[in-house]
Amino acid sequence: MRIGYYPGCSLEGTARDFGISVRKSCELLGIELADLDDWSCCGATAAHNTNHLLSIALPARNLALAEQQGLEKLLSPCAACSNRLITAHKEMAESETLRNEVAEIIEMPYSGAVKVLNYLDLMLEFGIENLGPKVVRKLENFKIACYYGCLLVRPPKVIEFDDPENPQSMDKIVTALGAEAVDWEYKVECCGGGFTISDPALVETLSHDIIENAEAEGANAIAVSCPLCHANLDMKQSAINARFREKRKVPVYYVSELVALACGATPEEAAINKHFVDSYALIE
Amino acid sequence: MTAKIEQGAIQSFAKEVEEAGGGRVADCYQCGKCSAGCPVASFMDLLPHQVVRYVQLGLRDEVLASRTIWVCASCQTCTTRCPKEFEIAHLMDILREISLKEGKVAVSEKDKLTFHRAFLKSVEHHGRIFELGMIQNFKMKTAAKQAVTDPRVLFQDAMMGKGMLLKNKLHFLPGNIKGKKHVKRIFDRVREREKSKVRE
Repeated sequence: MRIGYYPGCSLEGTARDFGISVRKSCELLGIELADLDDWSCCGATAAHNTNHLLSIALPARNLALAEQQGLEKLLSPCAACSNRLITAHKEMAESETLRNEVAEIIEMPYSGAVKVLNYLDLMLEFGIENLGPKVVRKLENFKIACYYGCLLVRPPKVIEFDDPENPQSMDKIVTALGAEAVDWEYKVECCGGGFTISDPALVETLSHDIIENAEAEGANAIAVSCPLCHANLDMKQSAINARFREKRKVPVYYVSELVALACGATPEEAAINKHFVDSYALIE
Repeated sequence: MTAKIEQGAIQSFAKEVEEAGGGRVADCYQCGKCSAGCPVASFMDLLPHQVVRYVQLGLRDEVLASRTIWVCASCQTCTTRCPKEFEIAHLMDILREISLKEGKVAVSEKDKLTFHRAFLKSVEHHGRIFELGMIQNFKMKTAAKQAVTDPRVLFQDAMMGKGMLLKNKLHFLPGNIKGKKHVKRIFDRVREREKSKVRE
């Protein structure tokens, strides 16, 4: 299985643990990643909150590059990037005027041939039933609250992935890895996304409620597939504890780290040493 | 808030929003489902369904200067649940863009705009995000005043940044891409187009 790969800025920076574990898990599963050459930023929230045309043109450059490089499918693990790439793809498919305008702006032909996949998509394509046989270390101590957040499933008409209110794909993946997926209420609630730095009070309040509900429903870990969710739940957990005078220590894993760990990677190869909340206790 | 509603304004604002791709605001029958599910409603001055109502009523300045349009985290819960399939989260994008062009951004929400600008500046210069530079840029703009009385504000995220550096999650230097001039041209062309649209 060979697939195009768009890491996006986060996976090479603040979400390096996601980037490392995506590569490691794919290596262990025998999925070959072909890096998109000379990729650029998708524009993220900053672009779509301030300038519509820019918010389509920035992802379009990457989609057009993927076409040029003969990549039919493009893995974009970051939920913010995949959401922006899919939105741009969809809007350009629906409007010829926009498609032509964007093609002029990026000075590249664009046909819309590339299919964008998030990491959960990739696991579904690999096959949940094929994951089991690759597992060498069952994640038996893990009771996981699978947290999807916003960007992986919404808006459903554009993203067309899983159920927007009660998604199951990540739950199925962690179950195949030998973990228990707990039933909880905050699966698709918002963590505050890109306001990590610009509005800490908002982010810490929303993220607090998510961690609190996960623990109340019996989870001892949270799994995510988005760098913003991870930053807000893991990096900010000490600030959240300070704000609410609590002492929670709930480890937050990227789903790719869990796949890598279960398929034989060492904790360092899975990059869980890069978390802010200690994440070793559940692994013997 | 008391506001005067004028007949002409009702149609012209709804039309303006519709032409900008914001959808048919007349579709909304004010059921309030968007506000009921909004995770950041408690941080807003106008609730999401009220924003739509204000647009219907042509209360242009009140909407464009509201905190709500910037507090919205674009989580898309409203759009997902709307029984009329009206895209409220997308309407917020449209309203932000107009508010920004007309310099009507609520004072309390300027930090968010400063962050967006620092982010895009970094992308325009390097083709990708240079996180450390972006955070420094944001901090210098937002904390400079406070820092006169309390220099600790300059280091608040820097402490988080220290943890990031120790974990090798932040780069000291920007990584530039081959196509960085290409990305810069995309920004230039988008700006040119907007200027010519204003002239029209």
